[in-house]
Amino acid sequence: MRLFSRISQKNALYTSIVLMLVLSLAVVGCNSGGNTNGGGDQLSGTIKIDGSSTVAPISEAVAEEFMIANPGTQVTVGTSGTGGGFKKFIAGEIDISDASRHIKDEEKNAAEKNGVEYIEIPIAYDGISIVANHDNDWAKSMTVEELNKIWAPDSKVKSWQDVRADWPDEKLVLYGPGTDSGTFDYFTETINGEAGASRTDYTASEDDNVLVQGVAGDKGALGYFGYAYYAENTSKIKALGIDGGDGAVEPTDSTIKDGTYKPLARPLFIYVNKKALERPEVKEFLKFFFTEGKALVAEVGYVPLNDEEYEANLKFLE
Amino acid sequence: MDEESIAFQRRLKRRATLDIAFHGLVLAATAFALLALAVLLFDVFRKGLGWLDYQFLVSFPSRIPARAGIYSSLMGTLWVTVITALLTFPIGVATAIFLEEYAPKNRLMNFIDINVANLAGVPSIVYGILGLAIFVRGMMLGRTVFAGALTMTLLVLPIMIITSREAIRSVPSSLRLAFLAMGATKWQTIRHIVLPASLSGIFTGSILTVSRAIGETAPLILIGALSFVAFAPRSPMDEFTVLPIQIFSWVSRPQAEFSNLAAAAIIVLLIVLLSMNAVSVWLRHRYEKRNSK
Repeated sequence: MRLFSRISQKNALYTSIVLMLVLSLAVVGCNSGGNTNGGGDQLSGTIKIDGSSTVAPISEAVAEEFMIANPGTQVTVGTSGTGGGFKKFIAGEIDISDASRHIKDEEKNAAEKNGVEYIEIPIAYDGISIVANHDNDWAKSMTVEELNKIWAPDSKVKSWQDVRADWPDEKLVLYGPGTDSGTFDYFTETINGEAGASRTDYTASEDDNVLVQGVAGDKGALGYFGYAYYAENTSKIKALGIDGGDGAVEPTDSTIKDGTYKPLARPLFIYVNKKALERPEVKEFLKFFFTEGKALVAEVGYVPLNDEEYEANLKFLE
Repeated sequence: MDEESIAFQRRLKRRATLDIAFHGLVLAATAFALLALAVLLFDVFRKGLGWLDYQFLVSFPSRIPARAGIYSSLMGTLWVTVITALLTFPIGVATAIFLEEYAPKNRLMNFIDINVANLAGVPSIVYGILGLAIFVRGMMLGRTVFAGALTMTLLVLPIMIITSREAIRSVPSSLRLAFLAMGATKWQTIRHIVLPASLSGIFTGSILTVSRAIGETAPLILIGALSFVAFAPRSPMDEFTVLPIQIFSWVSRPQAEFSNLAAAAIIVLLIVLLSMNAVSVWLRHRYEKRNSK
C-alpha cells in the first residue's frame, strides 16, 4: 500500500475549494440574472409588513400588484401572527402591522413608551364560520348560547343531543384553530367572554386546511375557522347559521359586510407607523391599497369594505 | 434412525422455520418504511408534477397560482445554505482537529465533549431564539440572510464537529506514529496524513450537515424570515425567505391549487437534497478509492 501522495491530498483540497466556488458563483450568477428589472421609476425603497396570517393573503396580493406597478420598490410580508407583528411594530422594526384584532392596551402603552405613533385602518371583513359535515342532516343553525355551552372551558357536552334535546345522540367531535391564532382569540372572546378561555379537548391545528379535512370526514364533526376556508370548500362542508338574538344568519359576503352575521364577523386592520407614512413609497402603497386593493380583497377570499369606507381611508391619508 | 437423530432433525427444521420467519420480519419492516415513502412521494408527484416547469422556478410568489413560483425562496435557500456551509466547514473541522489531536485529556475537555454531543440534540427552535436575541437584535443584523446563516451555523455545527471527529478518529494511529517517528511535527502529521485520510468522511458529514440546514424551518421563522418576498437576495444583508417556509405558507392557503404548488416546491426541495446527498456519496467514493491504492 502506498501512502497518500501529495498530489491526491492537494487534489482533495482543490476539489473542495472549486466546489465551494462553483456553488457561490451559481448563486451570484442566478441572482444577477433575476434582478435586472426594468427600473428607472420614480418610487424606490422597502416597505416591511408583518403580522396576522389571516390578513397576510391580502397584504401579499396588494404587495404583488404594487411591485408590478412600481418595479423600484420592495415590499416584504411576514406572518408572525397578530401579537408577534405588534411586537415588531412596537420595536420599530416594521412599517405596517397586519392585525385581525384591535391593538391591546399593553401594546398601546409599549408603543407610547417607544415613541411609536400609529394609525389604525380597517381594510376588510372576515367572518368566522361554524361548520359541520354534509351528512349532518339535523343541525341547520345554532344560538350563541349553544356555542358557548359547547366550547366553554368546563364544558361537559359530549354528543349533539347534549346541545339540543331533539338532535340525535351522535358523538360530537370538535375541530378548531390553535391558541396562537387570532381567530381563536376572537372566537373565545366573543363566545366565551374571555380571550383564550376554551375547552381543550378538541382537535387543534394552525393549518385551517387540516380542520376542513377533519370536518369533511367526520359525520359528528363541528368546527370553526375563517370564512375564506369555508367559502373555498362549500362542496365538502356546510356552514351553520348563527343566531345572535335576531334569528339565524348564515355567513355570506353580504351578511358579513352589513353586520347581520353577528357576532362572529370582524373587521381586519392594518396599523401604519406614522413616521413611515412620511415616506412617499409607503403613502403610495396605501393609496394603492384603498383603490386597487378592493378587488384583490375579494379575490383572496375576504369581504371588502364598502366603497365609502375605502374613500374615507383615502381622504384620511391626504 | 435413532432417537437422537430424529430430535436433531426436528430441531433443524425448527431453526430453519425460525430463520425464514426472521427473514420475513425484517423484510416486512423494510417494506413498511419503503411503502410509507412511496405513498408520500406518489402523492407529492401526483399533485406537484403538473405545476413544475421552468416558469415555476423563475417566478416570484403570487396570489394567482398559475403565476406563482419559487425564485425568491429557492435563491434564499441557496444563499443561506452556501454561507452556512462556508462558515460551518472550517470552524467544524478545526474544532474537530483540536478536540481529537491537540486537546489534553482532562476534566474541562471531557466537559466540552459532553456539551458538544448535547448541543447536537437541542431542538432547533431553541437555536432560533438564540439567533433572534444575538444576531437579529444584539448584533443588529436584522432579519437578513447573514443572520439566518449564522443561526443555521450554530444549529449544525455540533453535527459537523461530531462527524468530523469520527472521520479523524478512524485514521489508524499506526499511520500517525510512523510519520511522527520519521521526525514530522504534529501539524505536518495532521496535514499530510490525518486530513487526507479522513477527508471522505468529513465531506460526507459536511454535506449531510448542510442537507439538514436546507430542511430546517422553525429557527428561521423565529428569527423573522418572511413568507412573502418577491425579490431574490442580492447580498447577505438582504431579507429573505426559504423553500420550507414558502411550502408552509402555500399549504395553509384555502385554495386547493396552492397545495399543488406546495407539492411542486417539495419536489424541488427533494431534488436539491438528493443531489447534495449524491455529491456526498460521489466524493466519498472518489477518495476512498484513491486512498486504498
